Amino acid sequence: MSDSDIVKEFLQESYENLDRLDRELVGLEKNPRDADALASVFRTIHTIKGTCGFLGFDKLEKVAHVGENLLTRLRDGKLLLNPEITTGLLSMVDAVRQMLKEIESTGQDGDDTFPELLQRLAGLRESGANESSAAVAAPAVRPTPTEVATARKKGVDLDPSRGTAAPPSQAVESRPKSGKFRPIRGKIGGLLVERGLIKAEALALALQEQERGDRRRLGDILVALNLAKQEDVNTAVQVLESKTRDSAAADTIRVGVNLLDKLMTLVGELVLARNQLLQVSNASRDSGLQTVSQRMNLIATELQEEVMKTRMQPIGKIWSQFPRTVRDVAFGCGKQVNIEMEGNETELDKTIIEAIKDPLTHLVRNSVDHGIELPEDRVTAGKDSAGKLTLRAFHEGGQVIIEISDDGVGLNAERIRQKAIERGVITPEKAQKMADSEIFNLIFLPGFSTAQKVSNVSGRGVGMDVVKTNVEKIGGTVDLQSTLGKGTTVRLKIPLTLAIIPALIVTCGGDRYAIPQISLLELVRLEDTEAATNIEFVHGAPVHRLRSRLLPVIYLRRELRIGNSDGPKNEDDAINIVVLQADGRQFGLVLDAINDTEEIVVKPLRKQLKSIKTFAGASIMGDGKVALILDVVGLAQRASVVSEIKEHAEAARAEMAASAAKKRSYLLFSGPDGAHMAVPLDTLARLEELPVSQVEKTGARWVAQYRGQILPLINLAYALQERRTRRRSNEFQAAAKVERYQVLVCNHEGHRAGLVVERIVDIVEDSAEVQYPASRAGVLYSAVIQGRVTEMIDVPAILQTAHLEPEHAEVFH
Amino acid sequence: MAERSQFCTFYLDKLLFGVELKGVQEVIRALEMTQVPLAPEMVGGLINLRGQIVTAVDLRRRLELEARAPETQPMNVVVRSEDGAVSLLVDEIGDVIEVEEATFELPPETLRGKVRAMILGVHKLENNLLHVLDTEEACQMGEATGEAA
Repeated sequence: MSDSDIVKEFLQESYENLDRLDRELVGLEKNPRDADALASVFRTIHTIKGTCGFLGFDKLEKVAHVGENLLTRLRDGKLLLNPEITTGLLSMVDAVRQMLKEIESTGQDGDDTFPELLQRLAGLRESGANESSAAVAAPAVRPTPTEVATARKKGVDLDPSRGTAAPPSQAVESRPKSGKFRPIRGKIGGLLVERGLIKAEALALALQEQERGDRRRLGDILVALNLAKQEDVNTAVQVLESKTRDSAAADTIRVGVNLLDKLMTLVGELVLARNQLLQVSNASRDSGLQTVSQRMNLIATELQEEVMKTRMQPIGKIWSQFPRTVRDVAFGCGKQVNIEMEGNETELDKTIIEAIKDPLTHLVRNSVDHGIELPEDRVTAGKDSAGKLTLRAFHEGGQVIIEISDDGVGLNAERIRQKAIERGVITPEKAQKMADSEIFNLIFLPGFSTAQKVSNVSGRGVGMDVVKTNVEKIGGTVDLQSTLGKGTTVRLKIPLTLAIIPALIVTCGGDRYAIPQISLLELVRLEDTEAATNIEFVHGAPVHRLRSRLLPVIYLRRELRIGNSDGPKNEDDAINIVVLQADGRQFGLVLDAINDTEEIVVKPLRKQLKSIKTFAGASIMGDGKVALILDVVGLAQRASVVSEIKEHAEAARAEMAASAAKKRSYLLFSGPDGAHMAVPLDTLARLEELPVSQVEKTGARWVAQYRGQILPLINLAYALQERRTRRRSNEFQAAAKVERYQVLVCNHEGHRAGLVVERIVDIVEDSAEVQYPASRAGVLYSAVIQGRVTEMIDVPAILQTAHLEPEHAEVFH
Repeated sequence: MAERSQFCTFYLDKLLFGVELKGVQEVIRALEMTQVPLAPEMVGGLINLRGQIVTAVDLRRRLELEARAPETQPMNVVVRSEDGAVSLLVDEIGDVIEVEEATFELPPETLRGKVRAMILGVHKLENNLLHVLDTEEACQMGEATGEAA
């Protein structure tokens, strides 16, 4: 390994370490007594310092050294971390980062020796020793008044006990009482003896002490008994901890990203070739070819998954630095902000992660700087004095949605409107016509800032347009929603470009389209005669009753303006409905034909075609032809299924969830002797009316021809009767001569069976709360539904018994 | 501009057009095309060029010429544009022609409208006029028509 390689590796490792430092320091600020975190921070700095010395970067080593000194005091409990020290340490991290950059570009650690920073850190280090109330010691570099104010406030909040600070030696002894310590991994005593730092007798003494019930760490006991020096113990701790860390690093290797890119491209090609091969083999009768192509299929799928994984990174990787960003910005403008993150584990392709890093950072800073108000203002507005910044990431419709919301002041549509008119961006007439949501999107225009004053963070009018441009560059979109006084939400929609996704391939107007599986809920097929009647109209808007709920229906042909826009050519054709979900709303999409599901490689559309919101991209099919990928959300918006105001959808969703939790849909029917009976609707496949003439007998069973299949029939009246009274039911059946049977079609263990009932009454939603135990076999329980005592039929049990004793079907005589 | 330049020529509705040879990636026979609904009229469709999805521009429509007879298969002239490769759909491929700068003339004033922006000028050949196409301009698609139905 050459010198430059060593330096390169040092740089990479140090950058990672520094990022971790940022996180840990901010975390530590909230919980300053977390000794584990402190030890970890210490170790990181120590590693950097050590390597610098080794590679001859003296200035860098010096900075790290001063930081380490400060941390030593913190770790020894002689100082308690306060915001001021955190700021000092964070500036040190920044200084180190700056020097690393310098090393990266010039090979030297630069000329800047950071005298001010060193002085400040040294000052902080002394502050604990010189003054009794160390938390608010005078810093060497004067921070801004707000900084001090916040520091003072926070310092007091964080450390109420500081006023009666214990002397250093006591602090050491009192540490274990916090009860948070884990025993040190490995044998510290052994190591100390081995190095000749303590005597074996001393170790024995300390161990005895421990056995007697002293719950302190061995190292601490040794120090307390004056048997070992604090420094020696610390060094030993480090040695032990670094050993465990090294072993973990051994099973990973660093791989160049371009190599991964190349692998990904090749796998994409392989997937396409695989799809082609599968088509060829399916068409052939060569079983050898089929076996090989099946195997190839499996391998390619697995390979693809694994290669994809190598490129995927959780979004948490870039989010992890936001607590620091938020802290810095909030600190700088005297605000209190809590950051919450949801969906940290949402994975995105590496290239995309990199591309959205800057836009996201900008949005986060913006939210803190502009969005969230000062604590006083927040209290006046009746909010919690600390603002809340929420980051959410999740998958939706084959895309990743990232939302950055704050509960701050929100955007003032009126002010933006005026500003836009002032700047001549829009005419006053147009401004009045534009909806607030459109007005908000004006802030994405270049040079448009509504900040009342320019701060060092934002308000210069560069930024939002850059955010938009950068996100659009990778094929994403930015959308902003805001309520004055309530907060702002910026929503980024990031496509999974490069990704391979499962999709449903459908045909419409002779061309194929791919629908990302992720937005697919179910497929509904309306046969021949049903087709005409099962699509109803609400004042012209087509709907379909799906399990007693109205599902808005749109026609793909009509939306895409292909051919004759009235869907299938003649009314008798079956209708295929794909039930999709977009923005929390469901809708049905009518297509010509549903082909198959397939893994597709998503390729972005060219800039010009990207403005068509209906398509998310394109893909190459197994036969080499191109198919467009439908953007379900875009399509829904185009068809106005999804209104722009998302709350509607959310309210509807919440309502649905709430009612679904309590209520269930039941089918009510009359059983034998007019008894009230019910079955949960979701146990049924469908309801049919079969003419008597369609019922035939095969062997001992009664069956009906149904959709080209044979459907075994079971008479519920007969199945429920006890054996000895069966004759009576036959008589009853004969008396009530029916022309058509009402049949409940159920799926049972992969087979269909029909349950014949007297009369279908209704479908109701009820909680069916009052329940009594069942009075006979085949009944689950009795409940009060719609004010009547109703028997709940145990469908699987009845089908099961019917299966065992086929002779009872004789009731159809 | 160089003294002599080479053009890849093709025919559209019997007119001779040319694009600079150095901007041409390749010329290929008719490929199966996928329609793009809601796209501007000039978009002929999408083609699969060895795993790369390329937009095909129907030059006849773009240049406001008569629509191609449905039974004829257009050829693809794949050019490199700012936004990656774009295929130009043409009737027939001609020769590669080398022309002198001196034979170039700007389009006449009487040529108006959108088409003018796409035709840089003509080279006067012996018995024909070679229309020099501005490929960048020809590939500009404008807004999609996909507004509310």
